Amino acid sequence: MVGVGDHQPVLTEPKRSVDAAADNGHRPHHVPIVEPVAEPDPERPNATRFSDVDEWGRSERMRRLARQLYDPIYRSWFRVEWEGLEKIPTQGGALLIANHAGAIPHDAPVIMHGIESELGRPVYGMADYFFRTVPVIGTMWSRTGGVVANPNNAYRLLREQGQLALVFPEGSKGPSKRFDQRYQLRRFGRGGFVEIAMRAGVPIIPIAVVGSEETMPILFRIPALGRLLHLPYFPVTVNMVAMGPLGIVVPLPAKLRLRVMDPVTFDVPPDLGRYSRSKVMEAAESIRADLQETVYDLLSERRSVWFG
Amino acid sequence: MSGSADGAARRLLVTGADTFWGGRVAQAFEVDPDVEVVVGMGAHDPSVPLERTDFVRVSDHSYSTVHRIVLATGVDTIVHTGVMVDSTLGSNRLHDVNVIGTLNLLAAAGAAGSTVKALVVKSSGLVYGATSRDPYAFTETMTRATPAHTPVERSLLEAEALVRDFAHDNPAVTVSVLRFANVLGADLSTPLSRNLSRPMCPSLFGYDPLLQFVEQGDVVRALIHAVRSAKPGTFNVGAPGRLPLSEVAAICGTRLVPLPPWQAGLFSVPFTRLGAFDLPPELIPLLRYGRGMDTKRFRETGFDYRFSSVEATHAFVRAIRLRKGVGHPAENYQYQEDLERFLRHANSVANRAGEPSRPS
Repeated sequence: MVGVGDHQPVLTEPKRSVDAAADNGHRPHHVPIVEPVAEPDPERPNATRFSDVDEWGRSERMRRLARQLYDPIYRSWFRVEWEGLEKIPTQGGALLIANHAGAIPHDAPVIMHGIESELGRPVYGMADYFFRTVPVIGTMWSRTGGVVANPNNAYRLLREQGQLALVFPEGSKGPSKRFDQRYQLRRFGRGGFVEIAMRAGVPIIPIAVVGSEETMPILFRIPALGRLLHLPYFPVTVNMVAMGPLGIVVPLPAKLRLRVMDPVTFDVPPDLGRYSRSKVMEAAESIRADLQETVYDLLSERRSVWFG
Repeated sequence: MSGSADGAARRLLVTGADTFWGGRVAQAFEVDPDVEVVVGMGAHDPSVPLERTDFVRVSDHSYSTVHRIVLATGVDTIVHTGVMVDSTLGSNRLHDVNVIGTLNLLAAAGAAGSTVKALVVKSSGLVYGATSRDPYAFTETMTRATPAHTPVERSLLEAEALVRDFAHDNPAVTVSVLRFANVLGADLSTPLSRNLSRPMCPSLFGYDPLLQFVEQGDVVRALIHAVRSAKPGTFNVGAPGRLPLSEVAAICGTRLVPLPPWQAGLFSVPFTRLGAFDLPPELIPLLRYGRGMDTKRFRETGFDYRFSSVEATHAFVRAIRLRKGVGHPAENYQYQEDLERFLRHANSVANRAGEPSRPS
């Protein structure tokens, strides 16, 4: 018998098939033209990469560049201060959640920047798929650590790759709220973030942020314009009124203060197909209540919006 | 594991044996002594030399034709590679080949008196589509985010639905469906591989999608592995790793032509008319969002990839460079029907190629 084992490259090696035919007493009238597939070694073409983009579209080189550009904003504009950064594990997966605010929310880049530069481990920022649809911005977003918030993506990041993922359970309801509703946490949806953490077997680490609401306060929204421009919402901000077109992108220099809360773990086995809805909603509600409480704590300690 | 489970020699029917895929699969089984008969079926003359495959050219895939072939040859395994995944080959044929062809083949395989025990179907990752909402890696159980818009995707989905029905109606038949990532290989021409081997490759301005490839040899090995391992189910077949289009273009030494991200099909018309590049409708979503597939399930059946996506790209461009220098040996091959018939069936042939090379 000619060895046609599963791992033997019979079909791609003309030499073998010629031998096989010759062994059986006749010359083949032609040799299959299939070209040999390179053997693992010397013939194997090198796997030189021309970029360092990973399977999530993230490039550490681009991320480093983004950090260099963002560092002055982080240090001098927002003068970010952290409490309890040591509660974030230096290895293994964890789901970071935070309150979300400001028309163009700066809490996401600030949290990613802070953890990456202090702890030296990457944070994947999960956001609405809307970002991916915008040319140029979508690509930049993805190269600098943005990932579409999808349960399957979160599971792979947390469970299979042991990474840090950042999600905002409020979704776009957080940054789109008006200034008179500031620091009032919106609903946490269906508690999907809890279910993912349970399934991936990782802790949830809530982070309370204050100051973000004042970076870009929303006076009112124009839903018709939002629909027209295919944006999740179209806000009219204090910045726009004060600075004109520049105010679309420039945030006010509010002082940002962040407090990392104690990790929340769940005593359920990972990788179950379904988790009790009541358990999920209970956990989501209690995390939301604690986060709201911590935000109020930070606010009551705050003397000035601009100086903390 | 070779041969069928009961140890008897196998009788194989390969559809699409005129194409690269089917031809290579038929070639591989020709040298397998446990395979008694290889029947090749295709609409055109074979493009690769076949040693002992009994090739039958059928211009129509009508039920009566296929039914007669399946019954007469008494095949136990069908490798259905005759599914079109490239609409530039003629979008008007897509429905006929993918849907009607599959329908008739499955009807014949499930008819009374059929001896078919295993069915392996070639499909494509195109069934998942490519949208902004997609997960970064589709598993086999996930479904696409939006309905299919392009003819090739619609026909593939319909073909897969027919295969699922067949598997449901014929529980005794082992049905495996392989969904392949974008294939790269010098012997094979797809819109994407053609673009990458030209000086200009289309892209959409502001988008740099992550692409997953599978090397042409791995495609054939995967089909053969599926026949031998006979594991029922749907499997994603794609090489490990993904890389952005900009990097693929850099490796291949082609220049990306950024088309406007909206109405790209319209703006590409002058380029496609001049033959600068190909941009079939199913390629546009891929150039925007890319596609990734989770290939764990197929690896768990014991399959190993020889090439990662990056290695496949390097191997492809090396082969293309060689090809541009010395030409393509396969282009010289001409199927000679009379010669092949003589060698297989004439009384004067002493060492018949068609005989299974089994030592007696």
